[in-house]
Amino acid sequence: MRLSYPDSIRIIRLPCTGKIDVIHIMEAFEKGADGVYVAGCLEGECHFIKGNLRARKRVEYTKKLLDDIGVGGERLEMYNIAASDGPRFAAVAREMHGKITALGPSPIKKSL
Amino acid sequence: MIVAERKPIEEIMGFAKNCKKILMVGCNECVTVCYAGGRKEVAILASALKMAFKKDGKGLEVTEVTLERQCDHEYLEEIRNIVDEHDAIVSLACGVGVQFMAEKYLTTPVFPGVNTRFMGVTEESGVWSERCQGCGECILGQTAGICPISRCAKRLLNGPCGGSTNGKCEINKDLDCAWQLIIDRLKALDRLDDYEEIIPIKDWSTERAGGPRKVVREDLKQ
Repeated sequence: MRLSYPDSIRIIRLPCTGKIDVIHIMEAFEKGADGVYVAGCLEGECHFIKGNLRARKRVEYTKKLLDDIGVGGERLEMYNIAASDGPRFAAVAREMHGKITALGPSPIKKSL
Repeated sequence: MIVAERKPIEEIMGFAKNCKKILMVGCNECVTVCYAGGRKEVAILASALKMAFKKDGKGLEVTEVTLERQCDHEYLEEIRNIVDEHDAIVSLACGVGVQFMAEKYLTTPVFPGVNTRFMGVTEESGVWSERCQGCGECILGQTAGICPISRCAKRLLNGPCGGSTNGKCEINKDLDCAWQLIIDRLKALDRLDDYEEIIPIKDWSTERAGGPRKVVREDLKQ
């Protein structure tokens, strides 16, 4: 397909989004990420039954935590993308890149 | 286990506002099981605090330690050598651990990172509910293993009251009537005759009403 997506995005591979934990997302922000999104399989199609549903709950919890500390929960999102859906993967990457660009750098970086 | 919940971040930030370096201490027992104050929660809270401080242009160093327990001398002693290097301690143990820490380390302020809620069970993942109030005189033998002190809103010893409807309590339609549970259980055990026996007035002096409590075992005391 040779689709391109913004080069601001760094992919961290997981065996399943069910592996993601709150601390992983927090550490990404702590290390200077302006935004983070978790890309899981479509709901109902998780090979581990509930991995992506668990991930969504953890993302929601972390969004609240980011709001509480003033970083902003809107910098974190959960998307569901089929593994075979390249065009959607690229579209989501562009959407998130656009959203974070509009929000500007993380307030943590700004203060440094 | 003792069930606790993390305090709001804002409150914990308030405790640490004048600090440059804090010691955050988790506990490997009950608060780990209820996801409030174990190693993982220490890491998350430490990360959140550091980011919150950084956002305001301040630096905060957090030393993360999780002890086996915070309610025993031997484990609390493990941090003796590092306590003085910190401006404050934030303990994510239950109120017992926080107090024991404060009793032991007199020159460093100790702050709680969690609100201690109750003694209870894990009903299912993410759901905990109360089972014991530590009244000091267990009556579970008479009540088919269901405690009316902790599970009946009125702590009735001879229930149910008139507020019990279709097995639910009048204070909350999702709350089981403890006395309905007791009757159902006695019936299942073919012990319904026990229900006819009036439970006498309880000696509440063994409960909190009698003041702070203490257990001493002379055979074990040093």
